[in-house]
Amino acid sequence: MNRLQVELPGLTLKNPIMPASGCFGFGKEYAQLYDLSLLGAIMVKATTLEARYGNPTPRVAETPSGMLNAIGLQNPGLEKVVTEELPWLERYDVPIIANVAGSETEDYVAVCERISKAPNVRAIELNISCPNVKCGGITFGTDPAIAKELTEAVKAVSTVPVYVKLSPNVTDVTAIARAVEEGGADGLTLINTLVGMRFDPRTGRPVIANGTGGLSGPAVKPVALRMVYEVTKAVSIPVIGMGGIAEVDDVIDFMSAGASAVAVGTANFVDHFVCPKLIDALPARLDELGIGNITELTGRSHRL
Amino acid sequence: MIRNECMAVVAQAEIARNIFELTLKGGLVSEIGKPGRFVHIRTSDGFDPLLRRPVSISSVDEEAGTMTLIYRAEGKGTALLSRKSAGETVDVLGPLGNGFPAEAAKAGSRALIVGGGIGVPPLYGLSEKLKAAGVEPVHVLGFQSADVAFYEEQFGELGETHLATVDGSAGTKGFVTDVIRSLPGEFDVYYSCGPLPMLTAVSSEMEGTEGYLSFEERMGCGIGACFACVCRTDSNEKGYVKVCSDGPVFRDGVVKL
Repeated sequence: MNRLQVELPGLTLKNPIMPASGCFGFGKEYAQLYDLSLLGAIMVKATTLEARYGNPTPRVAETPSGMLNAIGLQNPGLEKVVTEELPWLERYDVPIIANVAGSETEDYVAVCERISKAPNVRAIELNISCPNVKCGGITFGTDPAIAKELTEAVKAVSTVPVYVKLSPNVTDVTAIARAVEEGGADGLTLINTLVGMRFDPRTGRPVIANGTGGLSGPAVKPVALRMVYEVTKAVSIPVIGMGGIAEVDDVIDFMSAGASAVAVGTANFVDHFVCPKLIDALPARLDELGIGNITELTGRSHRL
Repeated sequence: MIRNECMAVVAQAEIARNIFELTLKGGLVSEIGKPGRFVHIRTSDGFDPLLRRPVSISSVDEEAGTMTLIYRAEGKGTALLSRKSAGETVDVLGPLGNGFPAEAAKAGSRALIVGGGIGVPPLYGLSEKLKAAGVEPVHVLGFQSADVAFYEEQFGELGETHLATVDGSAGTKGFVTDVIRSLPGEFDVYYSCGPLPMLTAVSSEMEGTEGYLSFEERMGCGIGACFACVCRTDSNEKGYVKVCSDGPVFRDGVVKL
């Protein structure tokens, strides 16, 4: 028995480590660096119905132990993703989680219906939490009733389990979590980025062309842990946790808080080999902690 | 192949005000090949500053297994890097990006090389390659002022070299384009690296001549995955290019200026 293996709806993960959507493209760039089959799964870049160019530059700005980004969901569109990007990834023995974004319910439904049929797509990650686009994205993720309706609409057409990606930019994340669970979500992923700003002291202007951007990196980890903890207490569907994971004990913390698996985002830009390094480091850390199988970690804080 | 390596600092010196010349030794030097590529440097062992810093490769000594980088210590990350001294190591990812096509200039031809500020360094390795290939390089280097100017002598050893400073404290008072206009003769190809307004001016001044421009943009990953450093283009159906992995060098006309 592989002690790092995790079973989730639609997903058999060799280990609980996967790159987070938006930080890993469609895998090609990182495939130059290491074998993608090592990963538990890959959350590929958000796909929209039509191609999107995204926001003007500058799109990123560094902040203390973090970064702001406002890429704006740049992607080649559904057609190119299902005919070029996903087939290319079939050479790797790794389940793909397809992140889906849109402006209208119809867009989400159309993308989910088609992308869920791609042979290597084992789950959908419904992106109702992108803070960097004018329509759609986060507007679906801040109102429990709208989030539930969208989840129901997507569940009706998807042939694979649907995980809903939650925004931290809400007063009560558990209200959205419960609503999408009622809407039929098979799992949750959280957190997306926190809306933030940075200014240029010389000009007084925001550094990011979009004005605001999404904050990520180690700086957001305590917020993400708190939300994973609250959400996993409030719902019974599994959670994939993310937000500032960079070191092996971050993985342990997220699982202790309630996550069944984790995603690594910004840290891929800091140490491009961080995902395989975390996978390598886990067994020894489990030994030190006296843990047999990694699944024993999930939600242990709730049981204390 | 892209490598991630802790490279040894061979030497580091401040060669002009806040301008540092850093020589690193390690195996990834053998992967560099073309001039004009860059490396992505982690400047802190912790998470602040978080992101790597892209720094262009100025020159390579393959025999010694070393590369030289020249950068400006401007923010927290580059200030930390500037404090590294011989015997310490630096976490380097690279080589990244596509460099200058030195082969675009044929033996016996004349190449114009135009650099501005911290865009000057990668042109040095390019000029070395051109000179070795029998091309005549003519250099026009622009700086804000004399105290931040560097490598005039080194470029001078490779060919004709003109300096321009905005405040007139060294060379011609004005911009690189003022110097270019005064140069006699024709050029077969030109290469340029510097701030965007300078590239735009050089491109328009040199219209009709084959040219290659090296761009700078804020980067995240440095390998093409994060889409932070895109520029608009009409040259492909996607409508964009990524500075880090499609560039940083593009043929004139590819990036919409």
